[in-house]
Amino acid sequence: MGESMEPMGASMGAMESMEANRDTILEMKDIVKVFPGVVANDGVNFSVKRGEIHGLLGENGAGKTTLMSVLYGLYKPDNGEIFFEGKRVEFNSPGDAIKAGIGMVHQHFMLVSKMTALNNILLGYRTPKDPMMDYEWARSRIEELSKMYGIEVNLDEKIINMSVGEQQRVEILKALFRDVKLLILDEPTSVLTPAETERLFKALKRMSAEGLTVIFITHKLREALEVTDRITVLRKGKDVGTLITKNTNERELARLMVGREVEVSIEKKKSAAKEVLLRLENVYAKNDRGLLALKGINLSIRRGEILGLAGVSGNGQKELEEVIVGTRKVEKGRLIFNGKDITGLGVRKRIALGISCIPEDRIETGMAPSLSVEENLILRDFPNFSKNGFMDFGQIEAHAERLIEEFGIKTPSPKVEARTLSGGNIQRLIIARELSRNPLLLIASQPTRGLDVAGIEYVRKRLVTFSEEGKAVLLISEDLEEIMQLSDRIAVIYEGEIKGVLEREEADPEKIGILMSGGELEET
Amino acid sequence: MIEAEFIASLIAASMRAGTPLLFATLGEIIAERSGVLNLGLEGVMVTGAMTGFYVSLITGNPWLGILAGGIAGLLLALIHAFFTVSLKVDQAVTGLMLVLLGLGLTGFLGRDLVGKVATYLQPLNVPFLSTVPYLSEILKHDPLVYVGIFLVPLLWFLMNKTRYGMELFAVGENPEAADTMGIHVDKIRFLAVLIGGFLAGIGGAHLSLAYAKVWTDGLTAGRGWICLALVIFSGWMPQRAIFGAYLFGGLDVLSFKLQAIGFGVSYHFMRMIPYVFTILVLLFSVIKEKEKFGAPSALGKPYIREQKF
Ligand SMILES: Nc1ncnc2c1ncn2[C@@H]1O[C@H](COP(=O)(O)OP(=O)(O)OP(=O)(O)O)[C@@H](O)[C@H]1O
Ligand SMILES: [Mg+2]
Repeated sequence: MGESMEPMGASMGAMESMEANRDTILEMKDIVKVFPGVVANDGVNFSVKRGEIHGLLGENGAGKTTLMSVLYGLYKPDNGEIFFEGKRVEFNSPGDAIKAGIGMVHQHFMLVSKMTALNNILLGYRTPKDPMMDYEWARSRIEELSKMYGIEVNLDEKIINMSVGEQQRVEILKALFRDVKLLILDEPTSVLTPAETERLFKALKRMSAEGLTVIFITHKLREALEVTDRITVLRKGKDVGTLITKNTNERELARLMVGREVEVSIEKKKSAAKEVLLRLENVYAKNDRGLLALKGINLSIRRGEILGLAGVSGNGQKELEEVIVGTRKVEKGRLIFNGKDITGLGVRKRIALGISCIPEDRIETGMAPSLSVEENLILRDFPNFSKNGFMDFGQIEAHAERLIEEFGIKTPSPKVEARTLSGGNIQRLIIARELSRNPLLLIASQPTRGLDVAGIEYVRKRLVTFSEEGKAVLLISEDLEEIMQLSDRIAVIYEGEIKGVLEREEADPEKIGILMSGGELEET
Repeated sequence: MIEAEFIASLIAASMRAGTPLLFATLGEIIAERSGVLNLGLEGVMVTGAMTGFYVSLITGNPWLGILAGGIAGLLLALIHAFFTVSLKVDQAVTGLMLVLLGLGLTGFLGRDLVGKVATYLQPLNVPFLSTVPYLSEILKHDPLVYVGIFLVPLLWFLMNKTRYGMELFAVGENPEAADTMGIHVDKIRFLAVLIGGFLAGIGGAHLSLAYAKVWTDGLTAGRGWICLALVIFSGWMPQRAIFGAYLFGGLDVLSFKLQAIGFGVSYHFMRMIPYVFTILVLLFSVIKEKEKFGAPSALGKPYIREQKF
């Protein structure tokens, strides 16, 4: 750290002139990357100045992750050159990129789930006592970084027991620990709560003040405008412009990204209350660590409504989702669905009764990465796609093509492995499958996370129409704005308990915020 | 005391009989921890056994034989590593091919070795111990038995306390995560498979040069397969492998010993015991381990970088 302080001190007084004189730390020229059936990067030029926070925007499948993977040495470009700190570089593996001072926090986390946070941070790192693991030394260093940037994690916890937000903090520490000069964050905020996002932004700004360069990928225009210095927009594998943030606005960015005007706000009428579809009665359940995660949940979801579940991640949302789906054991209490006690039913039976779920964890529980797109689209209902005990591939393909078209899933063909889709398109695939099943109850956990503006608009509309058809949605989201916009009623979960259920009219972010942090509302 | 003597000699023999299993199991634990399954263990062991026997026969030096056995195992493992790690060929297929290759090759090349007497590994003479009753019996072994015992804490240490162990674990759990942290996935896997083959080869050589003290066609008699089960039984942990190996060694010995003291059950039935036990152990460990962290998550899956997840 001592070294990086020096140039800082010298330039403190002259911020303006520094802006102008910042040298270029990274220059990517004419990058081409072709995958079977897709040109993911089609001659992209991308240049980043030292010390800036540079936003990288683009629709789902625009090629953002691919471009960064090329930079990070994960993918070999088919054409193009990369200059880092003025030198032409060729990274054959992430190891080379790390050595050069580049760190990347991936869209889908790259963590070993059975290892502790500490071991994940140290993965591949040579501590002073190498090959021994110098934990003492590492701990004190990490604590220093944690304090410096305000990024706290429990170092001795296994990743598998962590919320996504925590996992991301581990990822960021992993990069910072290696003294990176350039940090790539691939859609970091899509998994964060508003408060966590605020904290991340503070950390980013501190990094940039320390002379660190940050590339920040996002779909959220407001965030890009809030935190970046410059923004580059990708569309269909091409760079369509680099803008100075303070001279642009949401409208211009959206137009650049999509190529047309988009409207994000959605009309939602208050639904007429109907009978209860799912009732949880005094439900208790444990988390993976064997500790009580749900402590006597009472909650009703009515037909025709969207019930929003607000709360900071890690307060029992995941367990609640799993209890309803049937993958987690109920310790005490009952679940009544459509008048029937389903507490003891298995997952299959619940699916058949009409319970659908867009799980929080897309890759692990949402899909089968090595099956094709069309197979993934029938994952829950494959018996319906068979004739005399044999799979009916004609029907499966037709079904897939319909959904690909309807939900705008970008894929070269329904036959490619689902793993090759971009992050947002994996998300679309899961949503398409769950909505097309026509269930009675849809549990939607962070349904718009990772989607671009057009995708968000589409999914939100679908959720609203779905509920208006007399079905119910349990919307689990950390995006308060999304919850406020879509929900008829809003329940707030805190440490495994429902702290309150508010009608839409009486809810405001302040009240929800109080409940989310464990406070009580004063009766008026 | 006839019984105490019987038990002492049984324990001693279990350790000797368990040592080939221990070497091969430890080796396979390393390979599997990196994510590569070597179903060809039987072939690797038998090749080590024959090569070791042959080299000891012609040089008169059993240690050269042990080394040669290890190298032979390593060479077979090299084939496995090349196909599965470099060429990403299916691990099960390649492994089975190794079994056939090993058994066929040794059956053919070892024809003339059957019935020959090589120089065997001699037991260590520990000065003081030899005067203590029973204990002297229990602890009178060839040095390789002790090497095996010593390997257990060594591997435990390497796997749990060093960067090498962490990287090995990461590569077998989530190769993509390891790759993004600059760890060379294929290099580690390649090495792990080679080490696994080397240890299995030594195990085989111990079998022919210290335990069985003969060469016959198919000398390993399914021990390679038992070791694959032992890896599961041990939960991929070296410290548990030693118990499994000695236990199976004991069962093997027991079937002989009972025969010797005139236990009136068919020889063939007694020979079946280790295999039946293998099945029981597998059942048991599957049921018990279900909740815990068991097999390496990426076991059996080749890693190709541009293919996500
Ligand atoms: N490993 C791969 N194999 C095959 N195709 C791929 C692979 N990675 C990406 N693609 C394809 O390349 C295109 C660009 O993908 P990329 O992941 O870069 O998009 P993105 O801009 O990051 O989108 P998102 O916002 O949805 O994450 C997509 O059409 C995707 O299907
Ligand atoms: Mg992406």
